[in-house]
Amino acid sequence: MAKATFSVWRGDKSAGAFKDYSTEVSEGMVVLDAVHQIQAEAAPDLACRWNCKAGKCGSCSAEINGMPKLMCMTRLNTLDLSKPVTIEPMKAFPLVRDLVTDVSWNFRVKKTIKKFKPRKPDAADGTWRVHNDDIERPQEMRKCIECFLCQNVCHVLRDHAKHEEFIGPRFFVYTAALEMNPIDDENRVDDLKAKHGIGYCNITKCCTKVCPEHITITDNAIIPLKERVVDEHYDPLKKLLKVFTGK
Amino acid sequence: MAEFQTHEHDVLVIGAGGAGLRAAIEASSAGVSVGLLTKSLLGKAHTVMAEGGMAAAMANVDDRDSWKVHFADTMRGGQYLNNWRMAELHAQQAPDRVRELEAWGAVFDRTKDGRILQRNFGGHRYPRLAHVGDRTGLEMIRTLQDHGIHTGMTVYMEHTVAALLKDGNKIAGAVGYDREKGQLRVFRAKAVVLATGGIGRAYKITSNSWEYTGDGHALAYQAGADLVDMEFVQFHPTGMVWPPSVRGILVTEGVRGEGGVLRNKDGKRFMFDDIPDNYKPQTADKEEEGWRYVTGDKNARRPPELLTRDHVARCINREVKAGRGSPHGGVFLDIAWIKEKIPNAPEHIRKKLPSMYHQFKQLADLDITTTPMEVGPTTHYIMGGVKVNGDTQMSTVPGLFAAGEVAGGLHGANRLGGNSLSDLIVFGKLAGEHAAKYAKENGVGQVHQDQVDAAAKALLAPFERGASAESPYKVQYDLQDNMQALVGIVRKEDEMLKALDVIEGLKKRAEVVGIAGTREYNPGWHTAFDLGNLLTCAEAVTRAAIERKESRGGHFRDDYPTKDEKVFGTFNTVIRKGPDGKMQLERVPLTPMPQHLKDAIEQEKK
Repeated sequence: MAKATFSVWRGDKSAGAFKDYSTEVSEGMVVLDAVHQIQAEAAPDLACRWNCKAGKCGSCSAEINGMPKLMCMTRLNTLDLSKPVTIEPMKAFPLVRDLVTDVSWNFRVKKTIKKFKPRKPDAADGTWRVHNDDIERPQEMRKCIECFLCQNVCHVLRDHAKHEEFIGPRFFVYTAALEMNPIDDENRVDDLKAKHGIGYCNITKCCTKVCPEHITITDNAIIPLKERVVDEHYDPLKKLLKVFTGK
Repeated sequence: MAEFQTHEHDVLVIGAGGAGLRAAIEASSAGVSVGLLTKSLLGKAHTVMAEGGMAAAMANVDDRDSWKVHFADTMRGGQYLNNWRMAELHAQQAPDRVRELEAWGAVFDRTKDGRILQRNFGGHRYPRLAHVGDRTGLEMIRTLQDHGIHTGMTVYMEHTVAALLKDGNKIAGAVGYDREKGQLRVFRAKAVVLATGGIGRAYKITSNSWEYTGDGHALAYQAGADLVDMEFVQFHPTGMVWPPSVRGILVTEGVRGEGGVLRNKDGKRFMFDDIPDNYKPQTADKEEEGWRYVTGDKNARRPPELLTRDHVARCINREVKAGRGSPHGGVFLDIAWIKEKIPNAPEHIRKKLPSMYHQFKQLADLDITTTPMEVGPTTHYIMGGVKVNGDTQMSTVPGLFAAGEVAGGLHGANRLGGNSLSDLIVFGKLAGEHAAKYAKENGVGQVHQDQVDAAAKALLAPFERGASAESPYKVQYDLQDNMQALVGIVRKEDEMLKALDVIEGLKKRAEVVGIAGTREYNPGWHTAFDLGNLLTCAEAVTRAAIERKESRGGHFRDDYPTKDEKVFGTFNTVIRKGPDGKMQLERVPLTPMPQHLKDAIEQEKK
C-alpha cells in the first residue's frame, strides 16, 4: 500500500512546530483517519477533537493545506499526496495543544443573544400551525453544526480580533434562525446593531465558502439581518416619525 | 495525595446528549443547583447522529394512533421483556415532550395543515416519527442546548468522570478530570444522573463515536448498581460498508421509510422471503402494497423492509453469508428506484434525505438518487443498561439516577427506531425531576478521601509506566476485534466462552498499558482510561449473552435459534458486582403486567 506524509502542527501556547509523520493510505480514507493512524502508531498524545466522523457534529475543524475544513469529510484522494499534507489548528482561536483550540468564546457569545420566545399558540391545545414554505429558511440556518470554520475565516475575527465587539458569522446564522422562526416573537435587531457588531461585516463571503453544511451564510442570513437593521434604524420616514412620537 | 479542585451541586448530570440536557433543564427548573458534565464540547454528543425522528403518538398524520398502540408496538418490538411501566410512561408522555421542543424553538417538518409531520418507521404501526429531514438529532440537541444555557446550569465541557463517590450506600458525587489541563476534579452532589449513552466502541464496526465507551454502565456497576438486559445489543441493519474507513457509519432507517428497498446481488427483494409470524398480519406480501404504504395509503400494510431492526439485520447477514451479497460484503439499499413511481425523484430524495445524500456523495463518491447504496449491519445501540425504577429513574443505589441509552428497561430485547430520541426527552425529564426532588429531601454526603485517592491513583498510573509499556490503542483494537468476532450479531456458546477468556487476558494487559506526554489534552491517556469501562461492559454483555440460551430480539444464538417463552420469556438478566469483586448474574422474574396494559397489547395483535 502507498504511504503519505502528513505535516502536523505540534505544540502549545508557548512553542510549537510542524512534525512529519508517514502513514499508510488506503481507499476512501479521510484526513481524520490518517490522524487516528498517526496517534495509534507514532504519537499517542497528538491532541485532536472529533466525535461523529460523519460531518454531523462539527468537532474536527482544522486547516488542511491551508484550507479550513472538517478533517472527517476531507478525503485523501482530493489532496496532492506527492508532497506532505499540512494539518494545523484553526487560527482565530487561542491554541490549547496541537490541533485543539479554545473555542469557549463562541459558547459565551451565544448566551448574549436573546433566546427564543414563542408567540401565543394558534390552537386551543397549545400548538402552532406553521406552513412548510415558512420553515425552509430557518431550517437552512438550523443545519449549522457549530464547527466554527466560518468564525475562523472571518477577517473581522481572524485578522482584527474584534471578538469583544463582533459575534461572527456563526451567530448571525443563529440570530437569523431565531428571527426567521415563524413561532418566535422576540426582536433582536437593536442588539445586532448596538452589541453584536453586524456593521463590521463587509460581505466578503469567506464564511459562505467554507461552510461544510453549504449554508448561504452571507446571502440568506447576514444580508437579510443587515436589511432589518437598516429598516429599523436608518429609514428616513421612521426617523422623522421618531422625532414626533419620541419613540 | 493528589491535588483536586472541588465543585458542589445539588444535582450532577454526567453526559450532555439529549437525556442529560433534558435532565439538567428539568432539575434547574426545579430550583436546585445543577452541574452538567460532558466529555466533549456542548452540543457534540452522539444525539446529533440520530437521523430519522422521535416517536410520539400525536396522531397528526394518522388519527388511529394513540399511546396504547405505541405502547403495544414498543412491547412487541422488545419481545415483551420491556419494563412495562417505562413503556407505558414513554408512550403517554412522548407527545408532550415533542410539543415542548417546539415551544423551545425546534423547527419540525410540517403536515399540509401546518402541524408537526410524522413519518413511518420500522415496527411502528402508524406514521409516528416527528422529524426534521434526516437530521432530527441535531435539531433536538441544539434546541435543548440553546434552551438549557439560559436556565442557570453550570456546564463543564470536556470533563471525564473516573468514579462515583459514595457515603455509605448513598451517592455523594463523582471524581474525574478536565481534558484541557488534565487536572483532577471532585464534584460533590446530593444526586447524580447518568446520561452517558452506550457501549458501541467495544465493537469494531459501529455507528458510535469515541465517546461511547460505556462509562455510565461501568460507573454504575462499580458503585454497586444493577445492570439489566445487557445481552441485548442492537445491530442496525444499515451501516455503510464501503470504503473501509467509513464502515459502520449509519444509514438512516428513514431511507426505507421513504420507499428505499433492500435487494441482494440478484436484484431480489429478499425481505419478502422471511416475515415472522407475529408480524404477518401487518406486513405487505406484495411489492406494490409496500409502495402504497410508504406513500401514505392507510389501507396498505408496511413493506418487510420496515420490520424490526433485529430481524432485518439478520436477514442481511444471511444473504451475505449465502454469497448473495454486494461486492463489498453488504446488500443493496436502493432509493433511486422510486424514479419509476414519482416525477422529480432526485429532488424529492435530496429534500427528504439531505444528509444521506451528502454523506454518500462526499465519503463514497456515490449519488443515491441514481445508484443503490451498499449497506450492512453495524453496532448501534445497547438496550440493556442501569436498572431503574420506571417512575423515578432511580437505580438500585440511592441518589443515582439514569436516563437515555445508559438506562435499561424501556426497549426490552430490541428497540424500535425513533423510540430512542423520545426515550431521551421523556426519561431525561423524569430523571431530572426526581433527582431534584431527591436532592431537596437529602443532605449532601461526605466525600471519603480514600475513594478519591484510589480513583486518582488508577487514573495517573499509565503515566508512571510510560511509553515503553503496552499501547492502550492496541488493547482497544484487540477488544473490538474480539467482541465483533465472538459476541456479535450471531452468537454461540463456545465462542462466547472463548471471548470471556480473551477479556480476562485483555484486563491484565489493560492494567499495564503506559503512555507518553503530559496530562494536557492527551488522547492516549483518555484511551488508556476508557479501557476499564469498555472491558466491564464487554464482560457484562458476554456473560448475559451466555446465560440467555434462546434467540430473542437483538440476541441471536446459532446454537439456540428459536425463542423459548416458557423459560427465557419469564425473566430479565441482572448483573451486579459481587462481594468478592467478581461479576454476578441473576435471573430476575418479570413483574406481572396490569390488566389494562395486557388488553392494549391484545387489542393490537388483531
